[in-house]
Amino acid sequence: MAINTNIEETSPELERLKKLYADKGFVVTSINNLINWARTGSLHWMTFGLACCAVEMMHVGTPRYDVERFGAAPRASPRHADVLIVAGTLTNKMAAALRKAYDQMPEPRYVISMGSCANGGGYYHYSYSVVRGCDRIIPVDVYVPGCPPTAEGLLYGLLQLQKKIRREGNIKR
Amino acid sequence: MSEQIEMAKAAIEKNCRLNDIDVNLGQLQLSVDPANLIQVIDFVKNDPSCEFKQITDIAGVDFPENEKRFEVIYHFLSFGFNLRLRVKTQISEAESLPSITSIFPAANWFEREAFDMYGITFTDHPDLRRILTDYGFEGYPLRKDFPLTGNVEIRYDEIDKKIVHEPVKLQQDFRNFDIQSPWEGTKYLDKEAKESE
Repeated sequence: MAINTNIEETSPELERLKKLYADKGFVVTSINNLINWARTGSLHWMTFGLACCAVEMMHVGTPRYDVERFGAAPRASPRHADVLIVAGTLTNKMAAALRKAYDQMPEPRYVISMGSCANGGGYYHYSYSVVRGCDRIIPVDVYVPGCPPTAEGLLYGLLQLQKKIRREGNIKR
Repeated sequence: MSEQIEMAKAAIEKNCRLNDIDVNLGQLQLSVDPANLIQVIDFVKNDPSCEFKQITDIAGVDFPENEKRFEVIYHFLSFGFNLRLRVKTQISEAESLPSITSIFPAANWFEREAFDMYGITFTDHPDLRRILTDYGFEGYPLRKDFPLTGNVEIRYDEIDKKIVHEPVKLQQDFRNFDIQSPWEGTKYLDKEAKESE
């Protein structure tokens, strides 16, 4: 909740309200904080598994790493999703489908590019059929390096995305 | 098993017009002219001593230095006798092969793949379209004269709101690192070993 902590600390009015309601079963906070809390706590991800990275993405959803404790659950439809995880090699033929899925997502939407192939083509950088980075097709918020990144790596990327949302998160977008 | 190979070999030799027949690593290998291809494949499928009922794959090879540039290799499997068979044939760029989809419907997509990757055409194929490459792709990527990185790359155009194709522009050219493979044994280690002796 970085963006508003200063205001809270320096505002005597807010302190007074907090003190007044603290013991009466109420929490006083700003709307921005509330919205950020809600957004970061329900980052439902659209599974866009394209290659071996998809396996690590599955691990993140299963009980060992259990990304659902951060409120992030896999969604099969882009219309239900907040974050698109591009997990794997994006080929030319798939690029249009990726853009279509991204366009269907409701705002606010975020994109995590997972693995070398999605970041910049990776192993297939010089191939005739592979997009040299999925940021040529859609805007990316967080890049997770690795080939493939570990499930922990992706989890860290998701936490970084939460941090980013908290830092610049606002009801306006 | 060798008995069955000999039986199949004798039957094929007797009934087919071949350029060459050979047994390699316990597998039969034929070389035929494109004109005889249909007859040979029909025979090996239906003959009771062969029974090559399944087509495993159709592979293409490009030899730009040859007069007949492309080699097409048909792989078959016989469940009845547990045998495998390769049928090889050569064509030039201008020629086309007869499609074997009338004998093996499964060959449909294999032939489409050979067409997609090498530009080998098959006459009487029901639906000879590209199968793997991008929509509107130009060129045949597995030909030796096709550039590694292709001719076009794509990006999403924010103004036109669509994916656009552009000529390839690389930040850094492809580099071929000629390093010694540790699996094949390195030369510098041999030298060191000699010196220490």
